[in-house]
Amino acid sequence: MRKASTDGTNVHLIETLSLSELTMFCDVNAEWVVTLVEHGVVTPVTQAAPEWEFTPPHIARARKASRLMRDLGLNFAGVALVLDLIEERDALLRKLTVLETSEFA
Amino acid sequence: MSDTTYYKALGVPTSATADDIKRAYRKMARKYHPDVNPGPDADAKFKAAGTAYEVLGDPEKRAAYDRYGADWDQPRQEYDPRQNTRTQGGFAFDERDVNPDMFREFFGQNFGQNFRQDFGRSSMQRDQHARIDIPLEDAITGQRQTLTLQSPQVDATGHVTMQTRTIDLRIPKGVMPGQSLRLKGQGEGGGDLFIEVAFKPHPIYRIDGRDLYVTLPITPWEAALGGKVKMPTPTGPVDLNIPENARNDQKLRLRGRGLPTAQKGDLYAVLQIINPPKLSPKARDLYRELAREQTGNPRSKLGV
Repeated sequence: MRKASTDGTNVHLIETLSLSELTMFCDVNAEWVVTLVEHGVVTPVTQAAPEWEFTPPHIARARKASRLMRDLGLNFAGVALVLDLIEERDALLRKLTVLETSEFA
Repeated sequence: MSDTTYYKALGVPTSATADDIKRAYRKMARKYHPDVNPGPDADAKFKAAGTAYEVLGDPEKRAAYDRYGADWDQPRQEYDPRQNTRTQGGFAFDERDVNPDMFREFFGQNFGQNFRQDFGRSSMQRDQHARIDIPLEDAITGQRQTLTLQSPQVDATGHVTMQTRTIDLRIPKGVMPGQSLRLKGQGEGGGDLFIEVAFKPHPIYRIDGRDLYVTLPITPWEAALGGKVKMPTPTGPVDLNIPENARNDQKLRLRGRGLPTAQKGDLYAVLQIINPPKLSPKARDLYRELAREQTGNPRSKLGV
């Protein structure tokens, strides 16, 4: 786990997680992560490396995927679609806020 | 019927069938799942629906709830429908008793103990996960925040109560939206506490990963002539050079002025050409002169 220490306390900013750390973080097994990678939901930094490493956006997506699959009974293809659509929606919402603030204040 | 809170949480009448309840719960879960719905009330509604379904989704618990209301779970002298499912004496986490998924979601807890053993931890250690919403400014300067956590505690009679504890932490400077913090040993029984950091919507800046966007209104003459205008940045106002003949929606990048993450984000000014709400008679005359002077049809692409 690569992390940045702050303030001398025990708060660490998680910068990357290895495959085994990600399984613990998401409460899943390695096979689950591999399947998620196969569906293109998350991508390790380099596929060829001896152990995969994941960056914060991918860590966040993996955890979201595990929560959604567990809480809503989704399968891998379903959660991949849902996450893509949520990201598209969020991008559209950002554009919409621009248009809505367009009036002369 | 003494209490209908759980029925209200699922939006069903007290006469609802088991199928109606299941359908209503699934619908609520989809609609208010905090990963799907960014609204401020979504999380509370999702949890309320989960708690309600945990009771109403089980015929025996539902019968007890219909009879005793909010106190349905208290031990009673008379027939106790929970007798069939609860283990006697001491507390045992009985999977038949509490749906473990629901339990886990509700308490934001991590039950995957098998992995933990490999890493030499005891089975009492559990990682906990929580989420905190912070203002953009806190991520840029690094601010102290107080987090209130609820952890389930088992008392001597085997009942689960929620214990509240507060944690003071400094948000590390340069955290990205969705990034997690790790507080070693702050989880249950010495496990770790992970905190997912989310950003509150900001009145001026839109946040996209490590980049920030600000809509910058400019006048038609500022757009035409170009020049310096003041613009806000999270660390204070700066002068921005508008190019001559600037377009509406044109994006100007201020490199490295976004979030102070390991790889610094950028700040984008999105130009927005705004007509003044009121023109002076002199300005109106100048516009008339401009209309005579500057020819050209902006609607030629529309065929008119």
